[in-house]
Amino acid sequence: MTDTTDLQTPAQVPEAPTDPLDALGASIVARLGDAAMGHAVTHGELAIEVDIRRIVEVVGFLRADSACPFSCLIDITAVDWPGRAKRFDMVYHFLSMYTNRRIRVKAQVSEEEMVPSIIPVFPGANWFEREVFDMYGLVFSGHPDLRRLLTDYGFRGHPLRKDFPLTGFNEVRYDEVQKRVVYEPVKLAQEWRQFDFLSPWEGGAFALPGDEKAGASNPQKGKATTPNTNR
Amino acid sequence: MDGDLKGDIRPNLRGTDIERGGEAGTRGFEDTLTGEQKIRNFNINFGPQHPAAHGVLRLILELDGEIVERCDPHIGLLHRGTEKFCEHKTYLQALPYFDRLDYCSPMAMEHMWCLAIEKLTGVTIPRRASLIRVLYSEITRVLNHLLNVTTWAMDVGALTPPLWGFEEREKLFMFYERASGARMHAAYFRPGGVHQDLPPVLLDDIEAWADHFPKVLDDIDELLTENRIFKQRNVDIAIITEKDVQDWGLSGPIARSAGLAWDLRRSQPYECYDEFDFQVPVGKNGDNYDRYLIRMAEMRESTKIIHQAIAKLRVEHGDVLARGKITPPKRGEMKTSMEALIHHFKMYTEGFHVPAGETYTAIEAPKGEFGVYLVADGTNKPYKAKIRAADYLHLQAMDHLVKGHMLADVSAVIATLDIVFGSIDR
Repeated sequence: MTDTTDLQTPAQVPEAPTDPLDALGASIVARLGDAAMGHAVTHGELAIEVDIRRIVEVVGFLRADSACPFSCLIDITAVDWPGRAKRFDMVYHFLSMYTNRRIRVKAQVSEEEMVPSIIPVFPGANWFEREVFDMYGLVFSGHPDLRRLLTDYGFRGHPLRKDFPLTGFNEVRYDEVQKRVVYEPVKLAQEWRQFDFLSPWEGGAFALPGDEKAGASNPQKGKATTPNTNR
Repeated sequence: MDGDLKGDIRPNLRGTDIERGGEAGTRGFEDTLTGEQKIRNFNINFGPQHPAAHGVLRLILELDGEIVERCDPHIGLLHRGTEKFCEHKTYLQALPYFDRLDYCSPMAMEHMWCLAIEKLTGVTIPRRASLIRVLYSEITRVLNHLLNVTTWAMDVGALTPPLWGFEEREKLFMFYERASGARMHAAYFRPGGVHQDLPPVLLDDIEAWADHFPKVLDDIDELLTENRIFKQRNVDIAIITEKDVQDWGLSGPIARSAGLAWDLRRSQPYECYDEFDFQVPVGKNGDNYDRYLIRMAEMRESTKIIHQAIAKLRVEHGDVLARGKITPPKRGEMKTSMEALIHHFKMYTEGFHVPAGETYTAIEAPKGEFGVYLVADGTNKPYKAKIRAADYLHLQAMDHLVKGHMLADVSAVIATLDIVFGSIDR
């Protein structure tokens, strides 16, 4: 509904960096050598794309370098893109309280790949990495204590993966007979319905009820469907 | 100032058995000869149902006598999957979940979500809406600090401050209710502005409250600031340094207690904070007591901002929503115009679309830096929303902070960290 064209900036390196943030990104990428793939400034935020295998080196550089010092870890998370060959994005956010700047470091990771832990550089990464492990199932190498963090004791699966259903698999209730909390498979009182509310005129990925038969060769078997007033 | 000062900042340990060390589990008791006499470290379980745990916090504490050797917080007992819900709801439907994150400062949570959406959609909100947001953000700050400071006093043994503080909180909840209809989970800040305008009489009442409030602070001050017990429980407890702030990602009053004058309202101003006159209180020693003083001072500063915001709101009239695709049409218009009716209907069913992009937007919430990393894919739902909670990192540093302190200090340290499980567990 809102015009999207001018706000989408592709993550490519522009030619002449005039903006200081852009210049900083360019110099960081240049100095990181082949550990970094490129940088972009969108919505006034600097992001660099790096190689996950060298993340510790990159983060160490960002923390120590006097032009950056991105010495404060803000956030670590992952994003799941199931359609992609390298399924996950690791996303790190850092802040420099000294130069008043922020940076986002992104790296693509495949499902089987191990992610090096950045705890040696930032002790505060501990829980963030545990959370990513918990929510996305990414394994961190060199993490001293990689346990689940937010989910239940004995939980299975990784809830923030796109293929994990919103309802989950197990539910708990207190059993009056056994006098304890019991785990059971989720039973829904009615079938799960996914409403995406997307307008059929504006690229909803579904077929309207009745429309799916429009292209079919054999006509209706006389079953009256509700008239579709949308078209 | 670095980590090597550890011995100096915890003088109660110098020369004791802990300092001398020894075999794990039998520290300082090398002289015992028989197996029966060997003393092992004691593991205790603190919480999850403990009045001083400020929610459902479970701590596994390893103790040597009364000294805490290790502290392992188990969190997630209040995990509701907010981030997963956000991916399945429209942007507007996801907003009320934010109230339920840090439920001690609900409007601050809505604020970061609104700012992130406004950044991605490129919407500028009307000035009156911006001023109302500042006004209510500061009311929220007072709400949060009143809860924290007074229950903290209760954790270390004082019962009167929470009674006095909660009386004021009740008045502030009334202001919440008169603006939004809800006492706590307001859903008042909306993408594009605020839901409804404030009546002039409400501004008068808020001003009357702000005139009287510093007196209440003076009273609490008198009870606590020079109180011998309160000082004994807090001075020189859980000292943090500039390096700790960087290592553990601390923010807000906790970072400021270490002497860093870092406040996002000042350093990376959002809304119209840049035109307000206020001070950023900074600590000197980085201990619990400094954090108490900072929060008390911040409440006074917030009261100053509230006065200024009311003065500005009296002269600034106009709409409180940036009328466009991401906000509903005016009520009267909706009743008369077919287009507006369709817009209203689509707005509340399909929701608005946010152009593809990503942003990390942070605000200075009362507890520290709260931010949201929002990835939009051009549809009506967020593709990914990661909530960065300040108290998540603060609690993570718990092990580092209480190591070597007495068991009784644990509850004082939990109080000083100002943790709320709504935002830690999400």
